Amino acid sequence: MKRRDFLIQTGLFSTSLITAIGSNAWIAHSATAKNNPQRLIVIFLRGGVDGLNIVVPYTETAYYQARPKIAIPQPGKTGGVIDLDGRFGLHPALSSLTPLWQKNTLAFVHACGLNDPTRSHFDAQKYMESGTPGNKGTRDGWMNRLLGVIAKKTPVQAVTVGSNTPWILYGQMPIANLPTRGNPKKRFAIDRPQVATAFDQLYSGKDSLSQTYIQGRMAREAIMKDLNEEMKMADNGAPLPTGFAKDANRLAKLMAKDPRIELGFMALGGWDTHAAQGSSQGKLAQNLESLGTGLTALVAGLGSVYQDTTIVVMSEFGRTFQQNNNGGTDHGHGNVMWVLGGKVKGGKVYGDWPGLAPNQLYQQRDLEVTTDFRDVIFPILQSHLKINSSQISQILPNYKPIQKIALI
Amino acid sequence: MNVQTKRWVFSLLLLLISISPARADSKPVNPKILHVINRLSFGSAPGDIQKVESLGINGYIKQQLSPDSIPEPESLTRQLAQMKTLSLNPVQRVQYATTISQGVTSKKEKKQALMGKSREIFQETVTSRLLRATSSNRQLQEVMVDFWYNHFNVSSAKGRNRIWVGAYEQEAIRPHTMGRFRDLLGATAHHPAMLLYLDNAKNKVNNRPDAKKKTDGLNENYARELMELHTLGVDGGYTQQDVIALAKIFSGWGVETDHNSNGSGFKFNSRHHDASDKVFLGHKIKGQGKAEGEEALDILARSPATARHISFKLAQYFVNDRPPETLVKKLSQTYLATDGNIREVLNTLFQSSEFWDQKNFNSKFKTPYQYAISVVRATGMELKNERPILELFGQLAMPLYRCESPDGYKNTKEAWLNPDAMTRRLNFATAIAQGNLQISSLPPSKNPNQIKKPKPQKTLPPSQKDNLNIVKPSKKNQPGNRRNTQTKAATKSIPVDYKQLMMTLGNSFSPQTQNAIASSPQEIRGGLILGSPEFMQR
Repeated sequence: MKRRDFLIQTGLFSTSLITAIGSNAWIAHSATAKNNPQRLIVIFLRGGVDGLNIVVPYTETAYYQARPKIAIPQPGKTGGVIDLDGRFGLHPALSSLTPLWQKNTLAFVHACGLNDPTRSHFDAQKYMESGTPGNKGTRDGWMNRLLGVIAKKTPVQAVTVGSNTPWILYGQMPIANLPTRGNPKKRFAIDRPQVATAFDQLYSGKDSLSQTYIQGRMAREAIMKDLNEEMKMADNGAPLPTGFAKDANRLAKLMAKDPRIELGFMALGGWDTHAAQGSSQGKLAQNLESLGTGLTALVAGLGSVYQDTTIVVMSEFGRTFQQNNNGGTDHGHGNVMWVLGGKVKGGKVYGDWPGLAPNQLYQQRDLEVTTDFRDVIFPILQSHLKINSSQISQILPNYKPIQKIALI
Repeated sequence: MNVQTKRWVFSLLLLLISISPARADSKPVNPKILHVINRLSFGSAPGDIQKVESLGINGYIKQQLSPDSIPEPESLTRQLAQMKTLSLNPVQRVQYATTISQGVTSKKEKKQALMGKSREIFQETVTSRLLRATSSNRQLQEVMVDFWYNHFNVSSAKGRNRIWVGAYEQEAIRPHTMGRFRDLLGATAHHPAMLLYLDNAKNKVNNRPDAKKKTDGLNENYARELMELHTLGVDGGYTQQDVIALAKIFSGWGVETDHNSNGSGFKFNSRHHDASDKVFLGHKIKGQGKAEGEEALDILARSPATARHISFKLAQYFVNDRPPETLVKKLSQTYLATDGNIREVLNTLFQSSEFWDQKNFNSKFKTPYQYAISVVRATGMELKNERPILELFGQLAMPLYRCESPDGYKNTKEAWLNPDAMTRRLNFATAIAQGNLQISSLPPSKNPNQIKKPKPQKTLPPSQKDNLNIVKPSKKNQPGNRRNTQTKAATKSIPVDYKQLMMTLGNSFSPQTQNAIASSPQEIRGGLILGSPEFMQR
């Protein structure tokens, strides 16, 4: 599906765009066609989060030897981890997620990541988002290709929070940006009919700027309408913590309200902890606490739609096993991926644990990758989104499922 | 035809007539002139086209390549001179930010006073950058500051860097934008803002004779990004072993803020330096203290991989998102032949057939920074209130001095063109053209005519804690919102004259754009020009 086809099918080469948005049949149609579509939300932690301090192998003495300043104590001790399965424990700053774990809707896949040796943030992020490790030439992201497969040609089928399009959603299919914070339903000068009509005329071509403009106008109409209704209801609710949690909750409520929105994406920065990352408390703990609160707000906002949602939390790579002497960690390899959702077989840490002895480490310094990150995406595409194998091979080209993880 | 229709047709005709004199008056502008202005400056300001016409294209290029020879506007020099923190060195900045008047005693007041000091420093940093970018005659210099600052990015959000980013730009970036790359590289490597941002200030080995593991204190962050981002490029042929060797070479390079020091903020601490001999990129480097770092910088600056990496980025910035390989080769050759003379590399670029290939004209999508600066320049407004611009940067996820990631802001279309950004740019264009943003009037807080003084506001509202790299637009001053603005009519911005705007920009618009403008009411034409596809690109 090309952007152009999308535009032709929706009749958007007309100049009276406002009428098109208001009355076009396909919006009404696609909103009612499928009342409980399956949804996928990806949260990307940019900077390479230290997975060994999130899902902590607290039974391994090597872990405590390698990280005297930053290790998280064993369960029961002051600032200790929350025991998950007798072997791994969760960072205490993530205690808000305990109920999800207990209800078996939160799972982790450890020693997971890219099968490419790069320790560059930018290469690793690109590979994770393009879904084609080792190939920098890919021109789009796997979520955009996924959108192409499930396409129902609405302007808001995929929504990213923030004003940049992340690589994972970059490509031929139109996506919408959800403005962060502020007042997204505020009227703009360009919303005045006279101005809007003039710009519609200016941007009515087939070039990329015109197409992006048209998508922006449509998405804005749709999202503002949703937000207007959502905010009327939300006024009664308790105020949320600021920042990430607020954005997450807003995205969730939009997705819960508008069945057209099937894919969501958010990115969070600040995980590149080369120095002073802290242990039970400190920089990483603070960030994790915001993340935990945000995920809880996301789940709360989804409400009953959580049943039909899978949430994936990922990062480009993990960090060195050994702490450095600045109380931090450098760029590493294997990491932990998080999967949440109503149908997730949670309450379990998946993946082959490779061990932490020097000869078990990747290049004698990092956690080994024993599960390709695509092995985690695959069951979500297949079992959750019900996408057939040939379509999956469009989304994840040159990928053969290596091991089956029964996540869903 | 009824009366109404007749009247409509008549007024349309009038509109068409009223716009045509602008076209008729000015003879078609040479597209090469528009191209050279678009790429060597932040866009045309009133009179720029005539300036280039009189200098000739080559004369203009030559002049811009020697910024010191170009006189600055008196108002710019005066405004910069009024900013007292601008010329402070890093150590003086620390002193300035930590000294408060003796009368202040309570803890709360002290804290507020200290925050006010660092806010003042940062505000002057931001204001001076925007003033220069919009009104300096040394436009290529300002363009190169944008380029190199992003190449050697440091974020103000880390530690003390809120007060140091300005010094970093003044001392490490500005003096070397067109000099030798090695000098630029060295200046960034020694600067406390960089040492802090990429953690090298903490890269210290335990050098006591009884220490067990000398590598314990290494911090790889700077060494890795120095090779990946600043010099060789990610495919520049280095290994993890080279990262570690380079981290050892730079161990002990740290920060000094003692008031008795030389003020640079740099200190080499031999006690924290790994004194062993190293092998770096196949070179044997003898353990010799600070000189090892200089030797490593020499090796990196001379490397063909660096020549290529820098050449690629320059070609991408100045010519095309996917720059022609032939051009990258030419630039690399100049780089290597001149020992990394940036001015010579730029000259090669501006003389190249690739630069002058018509298919590259107007092919670059402006970044939010380039867009906002070019809007102000095109309108000829004097920048007195930077707030609406900073808000646009926040909305478009490009807050000034706050790129968290060490690779800096990208300058490619794919990074900045998205549906939300388009609507926000057009909104900005419309609001500024109608005089609603008050860019050229004093902000309410500084306006003596102000009846009701609002609380002073933060320059860049930081999004703390959660680290989402996004700035919250405040309701009060969002573009287009005039309810809360109290400025008197006397200082209010006036709507932009669209005819003047057309002239300034050389009336280089496509027939479609011209028709859209001509068939729209006069009061929105300025906004249409600043929001046109042609003006989104450079």
